[in-house]
Amino acid sequence: MQHYSVMSLARNAFSRHQGWQQAWRSPDLKKEYDVVIIGGGGHGLATAYYLAKEQGISNVAVIEAGWIGGGNTGRNTSVVRSNYLFPESAKFYDFSLKLFEGMSRELNFNVMLRQAGMVSLLHSRHDVEAMRRNLNAMHMNGIDADWIDADEVARLAPGINRSPAARYPILGGIVQKRGGIARHDGVAWGYARAADALGVDIIQQCAVTGFDIRNGRLRGVETTCGRITTGKAAIAVAGHSSVLAGMAGFRLPVTSMALQACVSEPLKPVFDATILSPSAGIYISQSDKGEMIMGGGLDMYPSYAQRGNIATLEGVIAGVVEIFPRLSRVKLMRQWAGIVDIVHDSSPIIGLTPVKGLYINCGFGTGGFKATPAGGWTLAYTVAHNRPHPLNEPFTLKRFETGAFIDEMGAAGISH
Amino acid sequence: MMTITCPWCGKRRENEFTYGGPVPLARPDNRGDISDKAWAEYLFMRDNVKGIARERWCHSHGCGQWFTMRRDTVTHKIHSIEKTGDAGEP
Ligand SMILES: Cc1cc2nc3c(=O)[nH]c(=O)nc-3n(C[C@H](O)[C@H](O)[C@H](O)COP(=O)(O)OP(=O)(O)OC[C@H]3O[C@@H](n4cnc5c(N)ncnc54)[C@H](O)[C@@H]3O)c2cc1C
Ligand SMILES: [Zn+2]
Repeated sequence: MQHYSVMSLARNAFSRHQGWQQAWRSPDLKKEYDVVIIGGGGHGLATAYYLAKEQGISNVAVIEAGWIGGGNTGRNTSVVRSNYLFPESAKFYDFSLKLFEGMSRELNFNVMLRQAGMVSLLHSRHDVEAMRRNLNAMHMNGIDADWIDADEVARLAPGINRSPAARYPILGGIVQKRGGIARHDGVAWGYARAADALGVDIIQQCAVTGFDIRNGRLRGVETTCGRITTGKAAIAVAGHSSVLAGMAGFRLPVTSMALQACVSEPLKPVFDATILSPSAGIYISQSDKGEMIMGGGLDMYPSYAQRGNIATLEGVIAGVVEIFPRLSRVKLMRQWAGIVDIVHDSSPIIGLTPVKGLYINCGFGTGGFKATPAGGWTLAYTVAHNRPHPLNEPFTLKRFETGAFIDEMGAAGISH
Repeated sequence: MMTITCPWCGKRRENEFTYGGPVPLARPDNRGDISDKAWAEYLFMRDNVKGIARERWCHSHGCGQWFTMRRDTVTHKIHSIEKTGDAGEP
């Protein structure tokens, strides 16, 4: 792997930047692999990287139907944070945030992590009471989170609607200072490049079409580029999880729905933090390019259409303008949607499946970008050892039978 | 934007309606001695169809009636709408 640094930049400048190598190869698909990873999103690529790096398994292929990062990984609003309510989630997501904090260095790829804080707004006495409780839970879980008053909120979010007549008055907020945003496709590219350097084959424009399962055990994977013999495969296809599970003969507690986001025209710096208003149903941050990035809730019905409806978009924009009236004349530049995998308790599924040798990572729904490193790390461990790591033990399919749910809906309140 | 034809009220914009789950979804009869696995199948496991799905919808911001719709989850094209009960299920 060609090392990226100021020195290599300077060196390549002298050769008019003709000496850069491709960041990863485009190898031919081999007939046999130790592990096949289905889905070249952040989670699949991170799984491949940690399999090679931490588990010593590098005869691995990542099979991607389109282009890497072209799914939800390249469509999300890139919020990272770990201020979850329950101890299981706090452990898992904080492990992920810590991996994010070291990621640019570890992968030698700038993922542009900006820890400018993530602020949740409180608009009513009930919000204040509920969030005080959440704050205490976060502290008990060892997660950094601070209480801030309305003046501090206004300092972090200039232009916020403090009118006494506001539909959503600002009573304060809680902030996770380590929260922020990162460059989403940078994460996919960084993992892809590092995994490739360790020997992983990344195969794009190749879709998995079926499984060869004999006596309940995986023997191979069928793809549009031919059959692969393998004893182990891992599914990491987010919104298409049920389709892949269907090919293997089981069902999942997952419903696929569209989640949209939009960006404005680029503006001069407005604010650094990510601001979330659960009551208004919106969150907003500003990208390094200056666009205001805005999102809200799901389009509330099943969809594989990868496009959002107008009603939900209107709701998000109305919420943004209510909280930040000064943005009312800003032009929208783009709007899009990704198909996310919604689970009843808003927590992921990472573990074994009913088919021996087949593993799954899904159910991250509206909030799995922040979990990319931890999702990959734990799935790699699970594939290598054929059992979950303590970090993902609470997040397997088993909880749907035992009832040991980790219901983060109340804690998150909104997608991000 | 989908335009949905409520069997009682006629054509309306999709935001007057609420999705209410897949059809069929039959509650098991033997609830006393059902296994946790079978109960979880009913409660949580879903076909999550990519393609033409049968779904329950409610005209929640209109007449409040439920109906059954066949809809393509990839194109959002609506193939048929029936009053609940007409389709032979409860
Ligand atoms: C609008 C929006 C905003 C979001 N905002 C945030 C946020 O701010 N913070 C956050 O943490 N999360 C956010 N999320 C959620 C986050 O994007 C996802 O949870 C996460 O990116 C999922 O990553 P993944 O690698 O599992 O899936 P994906 O990136 O979707 O990758 C799955 C891949 O599988 C491929 N695939 C599918 N079927 C096949 C097949 N048969 N064969 C081969 N390949 C196949 C697809 O082409 C795709 O590339 C958001 C999502 C959306 C849509
Ligand atoms: Zn009606």
